[in-house]
Amino acid sequence: MREIALHLLDIAENSVSAGGRNIRMDVLENLQDDLLNVSVTDDGRGMDEETAKRVLDPFYTTRTTRKVGLGIPLLKLAAESSGGGLSLETESGKGTRIEATFRHSHIDRMPLGDVGMTMLTLLVSYPHVNWTFHYEVNGKDGNRQFLLDDKEIKSALGDVPLTEPDVLKFLRGMIEEGIASVTPETVA
Amino acid sequence: MPAIKSLEELKRVREEALAKKQLKATPGHIQVIVAMGTCGIAAGARDTMKSVLNFIETEHLSGVTVTQTGCMGMCEQEPIMQVVIGDQPKVVYGKVNAEVASQIMKQHVQNGSPVKDYVLPL
Ligand code: FES
Repeated sequence: MREIALHLLDIAENSVSAGGRNIRMDVLENLQDDLLNVSVTDDGRGMDEETAKRVLDPFYTTRTTRKVGLGIPLLKLAAESSGGGLSLETESGKGTRIEATFRHSHIDRMPLGDVGMTMLTLLVSYPHVNWTFHYEVNGKDGNRQFLLDDKEIKSALGDVPLTEPDVLKFLRGMIEEGIASVTPETVA
Repeated sequence: MPAIKSLEELKRVREEALAKKQLKATPGHIQVIVAMGTCGIAAGARDTMKSVLNFIETEHLSGVTVTQTGCMGMCEQEPIMQVVIGDQPKVVYGKVNAEVASQIMKQHVQNGSPVKDYVLPL
């Protein structure tokens, strides 16, 4: 997976499988401090120590299931090789937070990729989850933010599904506009 | 934040969607399911999804639900997509890239005949 946005999708999928009901995805481009920071936080069932170890280290195999995010060790490696790292906080029964940091300008940094499509994919296919997406850019000219909490959207829609063509168009437009409003043209 | 304005707009979208639905009788409920385990994502499942959503939007295809599922245990066939129409048995497709996805949307979801070349024998 050669896009941070794909890793975010993968991590968020894990959050859904872990029973997360409130899942938040944050992307922070801190150009002032030359950092790119992404995270996914859920209120799912969390992991015990054993599982957490296995998630971080592909060679730590007790291999009971195959399901536990094979993607995470790769993201960890990618983050570490571009001057950052990955951290995992988890508590059984409480939830999990996975955060990856990269040096923004690092030559080996994975491109952020299509964050909007990751958001739309999650929003549409897991309507029972309350999604919060937050995209923030901290640049020379100040701080810009795009925050999307789908609660209001869903209550405004009532029983009309998110995949109705006009609703889909609206959502896509909103996400695209939101991201465009915070990202300078230069962002990869 | 243009939140308020957007919500007004969304309510209008809702009214319109409801009105249109009453005009068109949907031919049984249609479900499209894209597998999004790590393998699926790595194989391009998000592009598959993108193609499905684009099709719905551009063709104004009403009454289709799109969901995801995790690992299907058939890595080499990813991206995997399933189509369920009404109470017909589900059809499982393998190696569904963006192009194949829109072909399935057109031929199967819209016109009711499965795209045989990509159906997985189960
Ligand atoms: S491990 Fe699940 S499809 Fe490959």
